[in-house]
Amino acid sequence: MKNNFANFINKTISLSMSMNKNVICFGLGVTDPKGVFGTTLNLQKKFGSARVFDAPASENSLTGMSIGASMLGTIPILNHQRLDFALLSLDQIINNAAKWHYLYGGQINIPITIRMITGRGWGQGPTHSQNLQALFTHIPGLKVVMPSLIDDLPTLLLSSIFDKNPVIFIENRWLHFSETKKKFKPSIRNLPYHRKISSGKNITIICYSYMTIEVLKASKILKKEFRVDVEIIDLVCLSPIKEKILIDSIKKTKNLLLVDTSYITGSFSSNLLAKLSKLDFEHKPQILAMPDFPEPTSSFMTKYFYNNYISVINKTLDTLKIKKRYKVNQNNHIHDKPVDYYMGPF
Amino acid sequence: MVEETISKKYSEQKMRCPVHLSIGQEIAPSILSLFTEKKDKCISTHRCHAHYLSKGGNLDKMIAEIYGKKTGCSKGYGGSMHLIDIKKGFMGTSAIVGSSIPLSIGMGLNIKLKGSKNISICYFGEGAREEGAFIESVNLAIVKELPVLFFCENNYYSVYTSIDQRQPKNASYNKILSNLGMKTFYSRGKNFDDMYIKIKNAYNFVKKKRLPCYLEIDCYRNVEHCGPYNDDHLGYRNKEDFKKWKNIDLIRNLEKFILKSKNSNSKLIKKIRENNKYKIDKAFYFADKSAKPNPSDAFLNLFK
Ligand SMILES: Cc1ncc(C[n+]2csc(CCOP(=O)(O)OP(=O)(O)O)c2C)c(N)n1
Repeated sequence: MKNNFANFINKTISLSMSMNKNVICFGLGVTDPKGVFGTTLNLQKKFGSARVFDAPASENSLTGMSIGASMLGTIPILNHQRLDFALLSLDQIINNAAKWHYLYGGQINIPITIRMITGRGWGQGPTHSQNLQALFTHIPGLKVVMPSLIDDLPTLLLSSIFDKNPVIFIENRWLHFSETKKKFKPSIRNLPYHRKISSGKNITIICYSYMTIEVLKASKILKKEFRVDVEIIDLVCLSPIKEKILIDSIKKTKNLLLVDTSYITGSFSSNLLAKLSKLDFEHKPQILAMPDFPEPTSSFMTKYFYNNYISVINKTLDTLKIKKRYKVNQNNHIHDKPVDYYMGPF
Repeated sequence: MVEETISKKYSEQKMRCPVHLSIGQEIAPSILSLFTEKKDKCISTHRCHAHYLSKGGNLDKMIAEIYGKKTGCSKGYGGSMHLIDIKKGFMGTSAIVGSSIPLSIGMGLNIKLKGSKNISICYFGEGAREEGAFIESVNLAIVKELPVLFFCENNYYSVYTSIDQRQPKNASYNKILSNLGMKTFYSRGKNFDDMYIKIKNAYNFVKKKRLPCYLEIDCYRNVEHCGPYNDDHLGYRNKEDFKKWKNIDLIRNLEKFILKSKNSNSKLIKKIRENNKYKIDKAFYFADKSAKPNPSDAFLNLFK
């Protein structure tokens, strides 16, 4: 039987709740018939309405409530259908969640997990599609996690839930559709960790979230058609960063491309590149990111707005000073839907 | 009729954005439109089609916006959740719940500073009352004596979540806010005359007294929260309520009343319908045939 990303999230939350009765799960839409895109369906049936409940649109106070409960031993999972809605809770996240442990000399932990989903395509527009992870990675005291491949998802989420610190867990909506035949077998690991998902000798590509899918696709074509051998590091945890795995890879390949899902200015990747600039490179390292513009709503304007495997291939070739370019006709490519059967509206 | 056409045509996949329809909630804004003036400023939410049209917003440009075309009222940047018609005083909408409420008091402040005779109108759903911005804004409006009409459409659901999971049972915001010192009106939405008078009085209160006022109207959304279809198969709404509200369809009742009062009115109604159908067909044709924006247009309009 196939599982998809959304089922795996559901199973992981369910597992965490049966492992520890202090885990609670709530937020807008958690108990409604769609259950946050299927990720929270049936949890209330299994664990009761004291531990799983719906909520009013009061993002800031819901976050403060999570923090307060966690100070006394509850392990809250707070769910937001869009990252953009969670912006209303920046005060609680930045001034309280990220500070309490430090502020009181390490005496209190804030073990909360805040799930935020970022939209893409189908007219999500400027305020339903923002990839603002850099806002959170900028704040010391928050762990920022962005899953990409479904096989690692359960371990990543379970580790986030039981981490003793506030974790911002950001999911790209399109990833929810990815599928696997693999068994559901999560473990708990210390956060942060990063994953080398393919070995290569010509260039290191550091990527995360949905773009990891596109990078994987690109790396196959780069190998076959351009004889470029790519080493991929799927960051998975954006903050804090453990540099060793990155440095080891770059020392080997001597080349680097960072692939981001957000605006280039102030992006997570530009910051990481600044940290890695102390290394020696054969060619100048580059970043592939989004332009400094909000995402427009009209699908005519988003036609070439997003990066995909093609832009990854060409940026890689450019970084390595290879003159050839990969060209495919994208005119008939449907760019604003994750899967064929998607019919909108959200 | 406009939204029924959107609903019918959504599956053609030419409207590639989320749509929040107001079918079932049209009558209150229509009544308000009998009193508002072009210079009154209005702001609204994700569910804004009825508000936009009742403030005189251009229909062709609205449909073109949903089609993502250059000729849309926001030139394709905003989509269904972001309508605007500045000439008609419809100043935009926010897709973040509660986020437009503070803007409405800002418009009220501007109107007050200019000393003009008009008012600011702020549409929102009962869900927005759960955001801090709501209580902060009503407080400010009272303290600063701003001419703002807070127009709450209570359809009892926030997406699929019913009000009793989110707000205290039988809580009365009319009581709460009048205790704070704001004039309030409430209509249960079941009787046309009652609704008409409450809306009229609320509008006139703000207009004449130059003070804020809270108006709450009960209503029912006939289709799904977001998207073109009916979603009652999901079972999150009470079947009884659905039937009840169907029976008190005020638009249909009004039509019956008009028919009863004068025989020749049936011709008039037929004519209005035909006229509307013509306008709607024209708008969809306009939207479909309008020029697409260029992909590079995404990189315009960030700064003045
Ligand atoms: C801050 C924020 N939280 C959550 C959402 C998701 N959301 C979109 S519409 C909606 C329902 C709000 O209900 P209400 O304000 O009563 O308006 P209605 O949809 O019933 O017209 C919600 C929760 C959002 N857009 N913004």
